[in-house]
Amino acid sequence: MELLIGQMFAGLSLGSVLLLAALGLSLTFGQMGVINMAHGEFMMAGAYTAFVVQKAISDAGVSLLVSIPAGFLVGGVLGLVLEAVLLRRMYHRPLDTLLVTFGAALILQQAARDIFGAPSVDVRAPAWLQGNLEVLGAPIPLTRLIILALSLLCLAGLILLLKATPLGRRIRAVVLNRDLAETSGVSTRRSDQLTFFIGSGLAGVAGVAVTLIGSTSPYLGTNYIVDAFLVVVAGGIGQIKGAVIAAFALGVLQSVFEYSTTASIGKVLILIVIVVFLQLRPQGIFSLKTRSLA
Amino acid sequence: MRGLMRGRLGTAAGFALGAVLLLAVAPAVLPAFSLALLGKFLCFAIVAVGIGLAWGRGGMLTLGQGVFFGLGAYIMAMHMKLADASLFGGSGVPDFMSLYGSGEVPGWWEPFRSPAVTLLAVVLIPGLVALVLGLAVFKRRVKGAYFAILSQALAAAFAVFLIGQQATTGGSNGLSGFRSFFGFDLQDPNNKVMVYMIAAAVLLLSLALARQLMHSRLGELLVAVRDQEERVRFLGYDPATIKTVIYVVAAVLAGIAGALFVPLVGIISPADVGVIPSIAFLIGVAIGGRATLLGPVLGAVGIAAAQSGLSSTFPSFWLYFQGLLFVLVIGFMPGGLASLPSLVGRRRKTRAPAPVPAAPAPPAAPATSPAADEKATVPEEARR
Repeated sequence: MELLIGQMFAGLSLGSVLLLAALGLSLTFGQMGVINMAHGEFMMAGAYTAFVVQKAISDAGVSLLVSIPAGFLVGGVLGLVLEAVLLRRMYHRPLDTLLVTFGAALILQQAARDIFGAPSVDVRAPAWLQGNLEVLGAPIPLTRLIILALSLLCLAGLILLLKATPLGRRIRAVVLNRDLAETSGVSTRRSDQLTFFIGSGLAGVAGVAVTLIGSTSPYLGTNYIVDAFLVVVAGGIGQIKGAVIAAFALGVLQSVFEYSTTASIGKVLILIVIVVFLQLRPQGIFSLKTRSLA
Repeated sequence: MRGLMRGRLGTAAGFALGAVLLLAVAPAVLPAFSLALLGKFLCFAIVAVGIGLAWGRGGMLTLGQGVFFGLGAYIMAMHMKLADASLFGGSGVPDFMSLYGSGEVPGWWEPFRSPAVTLLAVVLIPGLVALVLGLAVFKRRVKGAYFAILSQALAAAFAVFLIGQQATTGGSNGLSGFRSFFGFDLQDPNNKVMVYMIAAAVLLLSLALARQLMHSRLGELLVAVRDQEERVRFLGYDPATIKTVIYVVAAVLAGIAGALFVPLVGIISPADVGVIPSIAFLIGVAIGGRATLLGPVLGAVGIAAAQSGLSSTFPSFWLYFQGLLFVLVIGFMPGGLASLPSLVGRRRKTRAPAPVPAAPAPPAAPATSPAADEKATVPEEARR
């Protein structure tokens, strides 16, 4: 029983990290069709932000609380710069954005290596997060609970923003029909910039979150990006609820596979599951109902 | 028509010149070390020919060519390990297995003792993997972006799998230390030259194949699928079949390149087959001109040469440079160097090529490159 709960929670926890990483990705992918390979590096930037903030504020608890908005800002600003310099010229070439942002990712990785060094650094978790919570006899690490809470918080914030604010309405309009939104007086330019800022900011927050469960290195982004993309693919483009279901499903599946086989075979199995799933639903779990052929 | 004729003659002359350069001049003037290095570049060029077909002509952004390259390479490496063990060790068990593993050869290694099976597997296994993925993705009309992501995930999973199997694939160290190649001693410089010759011949053959494909009905359809997939479907063709065939061809080329890479370079490890090397294959293709015949080859060789020259001396600079290349070439010169003549404005001002227009995007005129292949693509709307 304890084992089962432990495994389930490991899956949920992995799912919450994936969700944090995939939320922003899903947003930018859905809004603009931009496949941002630098998203993982924005996470890395968030993680290093947490590291720098902790250097400045030695109290681990305060620095964590400061890091979250700081990480959001750093990620968001990086996203804005990327969008302004490169992506706005490339909206008619969505596939090529993948390669351009990959180039940006390489540059950011090397920059991190030059600034912080190649060896990984550690961010201390605050004392009140060290320890376990007993659930039905199974120890649950508090740090992972916090990440779960944080990802749900970000999710709630994003849903609120999309559903209840004028900005969110404009974003949804652009996702549904860019040209019609533009002719109706929505500035797609501004909406694109804001979407990219928020999506990349969420990557920064995800980066701060993962410092609690592992060390930070220039390669941090590459560890998450492929899985985060798979979540978006399985969930359906621009579908927040799809991303939520897909993230937790993949998280649980992966921990089950890793528990019953090995990590390396688990990765291959996950991929097979997704390809088989796409046979049933090529558009992902949810898709926008449109009349377009694509 | 005049241009077409000139293109034909030019292509034939260029092909002959390339053959003379690669097969006669290079082995005569280059020292053994440089020749082996050139052979390695030619392997990358063979991969690039396939990517040029699949991505440049077909608009399939394949980010997993490292998988097929790796499959070919590992199959060849396994055979060479087993052959070495029988020839020199006598035990028939590769050296690293005694170190890390049980000292027993696992069952799935055994077929590769046979040279014939190995040669078949190098072609068939990458082809089969591509066939399965291609059918699964293209038949169900999964979006192009999803295909790119899935092929990338395949590369990631493949690398993780190899690293995890320390006892049977050498883990992150990979397989190395080969002494013989189908019974030929690799210490002998003459045999090194022979392997290089094989690589050069395969490259020339794959170029000839690519050219035939480009000028065939299938090649025309492929470009049509790239630019207007729905229209091709309404004309009664199945885009999925067209794409899958080309994807398999690209995978087989990558597999053969991997198999030749092993005797030339002497090592294959997960570092050569993961996500980053798979995407790195694309940059040479993009620089040379993704939709042309020769562009991918020249670009791949150029990039590989630059990398081997720069990355050892200035490792940090090389990575920045590689990132910048992606940004600048894909972002600002999507037609690659091949599009320079038309960019300079010798002809009517054309838009940069949009190999993969989004569904509602206006069709852009693809790049033509008189230098590499006159009959590159037929512009969507020839407003003459």
